[in-house]
Amino acid sequence: MSILAKFAPLRDAYEKLKSVGYDPFSIKFDAILSPTEGVVNGRRTILLGTNNYLGLTYDPTCIRKSVEAVEAQGTGTTGSRIANGSYDGHKRLESELARYFGRRHCMVFSTGYQANLGILSTLAGREDHLIIDADSHASIYDGCRLGHAEVVRFRHNDPDDLYKRMRRLADKPGEKLIVVEGIYSMLGDSAPLAEIAAVKRETGAYLLVDEAHSLGVLGENGRGLAEAAGVEADVDFVVGTFSKSLGSVGGFCVADIDGFDMLRVACRPYMFTASLPPSVIASTIQALHQMESRPGLRTRLRNNAKRLHGGLGALGFQVGPEVSPIVSVALPDRETAIMFWNRLLNAGLYLNLALPPATPNNHSLLRSSVSAAHSTAQIDFALDLFAAIGREFGLIPGAGADALPQAATA
Amino acid sequence: MGGLSAVKMESVSDQIRAIVLKQLSALLPEPVPISDQTNIVRDLGLDSLAVMDFVMAIEDDLDISVPLDRIAEVETVGDLIRTLDELKAQG
Ligand SMILES: Cc1ncc(COP(=O)(O)O)c(C=O)c1O
Repeated sequence: MSILAKFAPLRDAYEKLKSVGYDPFSIKFDAILSPTEGVVNGRRTILLGTNNYLGLTYDPTCIRKSVEAVEAQGTGTTGSRIANGSYDGHKRLESELARYFGRRHCMVFSTGYQANLGILSTLAGREDHLIIDADSHASIYDGCRLGHAEVVRFRHNDPDDLYKRMRRLADKPGEKLIVVEGIYSMLGDSAPLAEIAAVKRETGAYLLVDEAHSLGVLGENGRGLAEAAGVEADVDFVVGTFSKSLGSVGGFCVADIDGFDMLRVACRPYMFTASLPPSVIASTIQALHQMESRPGLRTRLRNNAKRLHGGLGALGFQVGPEVSPIVSVALPDRETAIMFWNRLLNAGLYLNLALPPATPNNHSLLRSSVSAAHSTAQIDFALDLFAAIGREFGLIPGAGADALPQAATA
Repeated sequence: MGGLSAVKMESVSDQIRAIVLKQLSALLPEPVPISDQTNIVRDLGLDSLAVMDFVMAIEDDLDISVPLDRIAEVETVGDLIRTLDELKAQG
């Protein structure tokens, strides 16, 4: 018996998945050409699954800031901010984010995953209660497990179910922290935040919103769902990531609560890991400026999202309930999803294959994420490809197999 | 007094058992014999997601919330009934 024997069922499932064609968990890009194009197996491939919502990964000003920082300050900080101190950039990014969100405090983490891990496990202590949406991201679940609070889930996007659970907790001691997401990463739906904020107010709880996928996407100024829903004053903690709209890596939490800075010496996923390197900090600050000063990026993103979501729906595919940059097509079963995904990749379109148990309601999903950087031709290429393969597989109505479209270039 | 509350306890237990069996059979494609020793994941082939959904339905029926760490401890149908019993008793 090997120590790895427990993974035998997982190995079987994985082998089966790989036997169809490409291995969706270890796709290798021979080259990345732009926010929307790469090379896979020698073929130019359109990237439609990168969470690069504003396309800022190749923004020339962000790249320049990053290069300047690496040349001036070196490749890494080689330690945590508690042990080795902060650089000027860490402090500056924190104050810029606090200013952007109109709050007094900000803590930057080395990833968004660690931001959730750290904030949830530290804010909610032994007597406290975490009340989380059932479809929460893995980092939220893991943050709950790292801490000592009691954790209760409520039905996805269901304020009445949340209210019921808050009522059951009413007589229990301890603080209550409700946790939701701005845009849910699998289906692209948003929390009914105004209703959830009302429950929060009525029950005297705290409210945290993870705006990982909604930062730079929702709201007049891109501050996310809380801004779009007009309830920023009710949201006590905003968590987010730099790895999507801001095109780098890292995470943060902003808040207005007195004494927030104590978390810096209590929060283990902040204290016991190396801080972000200067190059990442520099490009992130610049990306934040770009995001603020170019609202046209958001308009383009929304138009692209509408085109893809509307187009796939019109073809007869089952898409998510709301127009959002995350556009997921639900396929009837796992095998069809895997085959469809392979066909798309072979024809020059990369997106995400999402399978149970990582998906809500056991859906097998082809998950796209749209970018402001996609051209209309690239979106249309994706639509034509979906149409041709969908008809060939008999998944949507229409005449037999069309010729597969040729890859569009940006 | 002791006798009375024992009777009451048993009837709550029976009610919980009935609810668990009802929700379990609603989930299974075909009837399977279920005892307290039945392992929910191994014997019934439910994945962790299905278990979560099934627990939510029971939570509704009993008007309680089962914390995640308590769900994680449950292996058998008997474990589940005991956990629900305790939580219901705490109110
Ligand atoms: C909702 C949500 N929270 C947190 C994260 C973690 O972010 P990061 O990739 O920066 O670790 C992600 C994405 O991966 C996410 O989808």
